[in-house]
Amino acid sequence: MLVLAIDTSSPAVTAALVTTDGEVVAARSRLAPRGHGELLAPSIADCLAGAAGEVGAVVAGIGPGPYTGLRVGLVTAAAFAHARGIPAYGVCSLDAIDSRAEGASVVVTDARRREVYWARYQDGARVDGPHVAHPHEVPLDGVSAIAGAGIDLYPDAWPAELTRLPSRHPDPARLAALAWDRARAGAESEPLAPLYLRRPDAVVPGAPKPVSQR
Amino acid sequence: MTVVMGIETSCDETGVGFVEDGVLLGDALASSMDEHARFGGVVPEIAARAHLQAMVPTVRAALDKAGLGLDDVGAVAVTAGPGLATALHVGVAAAKSYALALGVPLYGVHHLAGHAAADTLEHGSLPDRSVALIVSGGHTSLLFVRDLVRTPIVHLSDTFDDAAGEAFDKVARLIGLPYPGGPSIDRAAREGNAGAVAFPRPLTAPGDPELGFSFSGLKTAVARYVEKHPDTDVNDVAASFQEAVADVLTTKALRACRREEVDTLVVVGGVAANSRIRALAQERCDTAGVELRIPPMRLCTDNGAMIAAIGDLLVRDGAKPSGLEFSAVPTIELQQAQLC
Ligand SMILES: [Zn+2]
Repeated sequence: MLVLAIDTSSPAVTAALVTTDGEVVAARSRLAPRGHGELLAPSIADCLAGAAGEVGAVVAGIGPGPYTGLRVGLVTAAAFAHARGIPAYGVCSLDAIDSRAEGASVVVTDARRREVYWARYQDGARVDGPHVAHPHEVPLDGVSAIAGAGIDLYPDAWPAELTRLPSRHPDPARLAALAWDRARAGAESEPLAPLYLRRPDAVVPGAPKPVSQR
Repeated sequence: MTVVMGIETSCDETGVGFVEDGVLLGDALASSMDEHARFGGVVPEIAARAHLQAMVPTVRAALDKAGLGLDDVGAVAVTAGPGLATALHVGVAAAKSYALALGVPLYGVHHLAGHAAADTLEHGSLPDRSVALIVSGGHTSLLFVRDLVRTPIVHLSDTFDDAAGEAFDKVARLIGLPYPGGPSIDRAAREGNAGAVAFPRPLTAPGDPELGFSFSGLKTAVARYVEKHPDTDVNDVAASFQEAVADVLTTKALRACRREEVDTLVVVGGVAANSRIRALAQERCDTAGVELRIPPMRLCTDNGAMIAAIGDLLVRDGAKPSGLEFSAVPTIELQQAQLC
């Protein structure tokens, strides 16, 4: 069985077909901070075109990430699963960024507005987060390594002694692996609820302004 | 024959409809309107979040209503623009994914062409030549329409500032009526006297743009009036304001019919659900010998059926599919029904 893995939580618009043995049979990842809507569907089509075998499940990174791109990935995953009558599973996108290290590590990604999304990992498992915070507010006590695009965005925010891991964006093989148990067991489809971590900006209007001078 | 699925997410309604050969098979609608009410207008991020949640359930509901399965779908049409960017992206991505997963062609269409096509579901094909008045929360336009999908659509005029529906929302807030303003003003106006206050008829003086619209001055006139007359009857103000809007819209629409020498006026869009605008348009069309076509209320406001309707016209005309690469187009004038 093939798993269609999709992630649009970062500027890397990612689609891939992964076998349940972990082999990536086709993958497209293109950097386009505002191109998710244009690039994702053609990337999936490209992956499908060359692949032999049935797609039996969809796995999508549910963020956190900038909202418009994130929604493109999630609605694409949900619609594809519905159309093909296959289950869809959600995975925290930060978990798909490789942060394996000796001791604790953090993953930091771009949350725009001078903030990062972050999560903390211990022995490959997420132990805190995901959260959104200013780079300098990310707790780093006991952390030995750091991964994710936030490294390069805020280079001064991270102590020199932290090991910079190479992984910057969610990796499709990891995305798929995080949902294997569910896919293999034929678990029920999940609603793909995005991790926004912020409320929408909206202001309740006050009283109408007077229009005439008295 | 091809069953066309239409998807609409340009504002706060998630709409899905199925049309085959000019016949509406079924549709469904989810609205985030209640979530916007306390903000007095549509909040794009709230709308987009609601679209994502509602998309697949609305497709399921529409399939149920139409008695169809996804296997029956032969093409997908989607509003590519104009509209709120955040909201359009959700519908466009969903439509691409359905088309791709089902292996059927996709058509990116203009929202306003969908509004005009909605009327064909009720009244059949449009005549060879007609004038369309599109009035909604985002648009107030007069168009000269020949073949909706074959011939370029000619923009006769637009609003210079607020759309008519926007004016309804703003005036409702000024006089303490709930959002959305269209239905609440319509309701209040039934209890009021439309002749109570002589509000201005914007852009109707000699020398003004013959077909142009402007509603922000009218809104300011209402604001001034209620400030000066704090004890005024809200129903009278609602009725008088509504009368001014209906008067200007219908006067200019019929002027456009005369100028373009057409004998059919199509009034579409959310504001076409207003009872006074419908009544006055009918009265004036009857006098002028012009046939008036207005879709039933539920097809006036944004919905998926209208997008399926324009998609169906494109499919039957043999239009070239849009492919999967196109992007949503938040701002674009209506010239072609197919956008991408
Ligand atoms: Zn509309």
